[in-house]
Amino acid sequence: MGALLNQRFVTLAVLAAVIAVLPLVFPSSYYFRVASLVWVSALAAIGLNILMGQAGQVSLGHAAFFGIGAYAVAIGPTHLGIPPWAALLIGAVLSAVLAYLVGRPILRLKGHYLAIATLGLGVLIALVISTESRWTGGPDGMPVERLTLFGWRVSGSYTWYWVTGALLLVGTWIALNLDETPTGRAFRALHDSEVAAQVVGVDVARFKLQAFVIAAVYASIAGSALAFMNGFINPDQAGFLHSVELVTIVVLGGLGSVVGSIVGAAVLVTLPQALTVFHEYEHLLLGLIIIVSMIFMRNGIVPSLSGLFLRRARS
Amino acid sequence: MTILKATDIGISFGGVKAVDGVSFTVSPGQILSIIGPNGAGKTTLFNIVSGIYAASRGTIHLADEDVTGLSPHKLAARGLSRTFQNLQIFQRMTACENVMVGRHLREKCSLLPALFRTTSVTRQNRETRAAALDLLVSVGLKDAADVPAGSLPYGACKRLEIARALAAEPRVLLLDEPAAGCNAVETEEIDHLIRQVADRGVAVVLVEHDMKLVMKISDRILVLERGRPLAEGTPREVRDDPRVLEAYLGQHGAREAARA
Repeated sequence: MGALLNQRFVTLAVLAAVIAVLPLVFPSSYYFRVASLVWVSALAAIGLNILMGQAGQVSLGHAAFFGIGAYAVAIGPTHLGIPPWAALLIGAVLSAVLAYLVGRPILRLKGHYLAIATLGLGVLIALVISTESRWTGGPDGMPVERLTLFGWRVSGSYTWYWVTGALLLVGTWIALNLDETPTGRAFRALHDSEVAAQVVGVDVARFKLQAFVIAAVYASIAGSALAFMNGFINPDQAGFLHSVELVTIVVLGGLGSVVGSIVGAAVLVTLPQALTVFHEYEHLLLGLIIIVSMIFMRNGIVPSLSGLFLRRARS
Repeated sequence: MTILKATDIGISFGGVKAVDGVSFTVSPGQILSIIGPNGAGKTTLFNIVSGIYAASRGTIHLADEDVTGLSPHKLAARGLSRTFQNLQIFQRMTACENVMVGRHLREKCSLLPALFRTTSVTRQNRETRAAALDLLVSVGLKDAADVPAGSLPYGACKRLEIARALAAEPRVLLLDEPAAGCNAVETEEIDHLIRQVADRGVAVVLVEHDMKLVMKISDRILVLERGRPLAEGTPREVRDDPRVLEAYLGQHGAREAARA
C-alpha cells in the first residue's frame, strides 16, 4: 500500500517537474503551443484510457465529446451570452448526459456494441456540427471568445501552457486516485472477467456506464480547453479521424497506463511537427511508426519499457 | 431450515435438455454435493442457480424469497457466491486485489469520493485490504498477496477463487470443481477449507469429480445423469445405489462392482 501511494505521488511530482522545467529549454513560443497541444490531447486520452484500459470498453467516437466541449465554449458565449467558464461546465454536463443516455441501453449488452454505437454517435455529432452552420459556422468553423476568469483574460501560448499543464495535472491526479478504489477495482475486474465480477456483486452495466461518462467529461473539458486556446474551432475536432487519433494515443502509450497516455500524446502530437521536413510523407511515416510499435511493443510504450527495466533490474 | 431451494429446474439448448426437472435444497452449515458423469448438467445447473443462465422452467428460492431470474450481481447481494470450473480470475490484478473485489458489496462505492480520494476512501481501502489478507492467509496464499494473479499456478488460482467468493461473506457458496487439477496435498487443504466454511454456517453446494473428497465431506449427495436427477441421499446411500454405479461404470462395470 505504501509503495502504491508513493508511486502515485512520484508520478504526479515527476509530471509537475516536467511541466515546470520544459519552459527553460523552449527556444520559442511555438514550443509552448505544441506542448499545450500535448497536454490537451493527453487529458482527453487519460479519460479515454479509463474507459478502454481500465474497463476494457472501446469508444470509436470519442471526438464527439471533445467537439461538444469545444463548441459549447464557442456557441455559449457567442450566441447565448453565457460566460465562457460556465459554457465549459455546461459542455461537460452535456457530454456526461449524452454519454449516459447513449451508454445506458448499450452497455447492458455484451461485446463490441459500444464501439459501433459510439462510431455512429461520432459521425452524427460531426454531421450536426458541420450542417448547423447558423450556430456552428458549418465546415468553416467559428471563432471562440477568450476565456476570462475573475477579470483575468487568459490568452497567449505562454499562459495557455500553464493552464493546460495544470488541467493535465488535475486530470492525472483524478485518474490515479480512481485506480485504487472500489470503483477502479470494479472497472479492472469487469475488464478481466465480466462473469466473475458479476458473481461477486459488481453491477457490470453500471460501472461500464460510469467509465463511459468519466471518459466523456475528460474529452469535453479537453475540447473546451483547446477551443479557448486556439480562439477558433472547426468540425475536424469532432470528426472520425480525431477519434481514431485519440484511440491511437491510448493504445500506443499503453492501455491502462496513465503515464502512457501522456507519452502517447507527446509522440503523436510532436511527430507530425518534427516530420515536416518529410512533409509529403508525413502520414506515411506516422502510419509506419504506429505499425512498427504495435508489432514490437504490443502493450504500448510505457508498459513495455517499464517491463524491460524491471527485468533488467532483477537480472 | 432451508436457505437455498431449487424446484424443478429445467433448461434446454436447441432441443437438448441440459437440465431437466432437478430439485434440491440446502441448509446453513450443510454440504451438498452434486455429482454425475461428464455432461450431466452440473455446471449448467450452477449457472442457472447463480443467475448466469435463465432457466426455462422451475423456481429458485433464497432464504424463502423467490429469486428466479435475478441477475448474478443481485443474487450476490442476497448472499449467493460461487467459483468457476474454468478459472475466472482477474488476471491483471494482484491476488490481494482479486479478493478485494470480492469485498465489493461490503464497501461503500460512490464515485465522487473515489475520484478525489477522500480520507474515508483511503481508510476503507485499508480495511478491505486487511480483510483480503486475512482470507489469503486462510487459503494459504499469504505470500502471493502482491503477485499478479495471472502468474499464479493453477492450484493457487483455485484457492484464490474460493477466497474471493468468501470475501463477499456469502450465505450460500457454490463451488464448481474446487479440487480439479489439484494434487493430493492441495485437495486435502481444500477439504479443510470447505469444512471450515460450512462450520461457520455457510451452505455449501459442491460439484466435484474427486469421489474421495465428495464421500468424505458431503452431508448429502445429488446424482445427475443427462440432466435428470438419478439419486439423492447420504454418501453411503448413494455409494450403494446400483443406478449410480451403472451411470458411472456402465452395466457391465456395475455388475463387476457388485460382485467385488
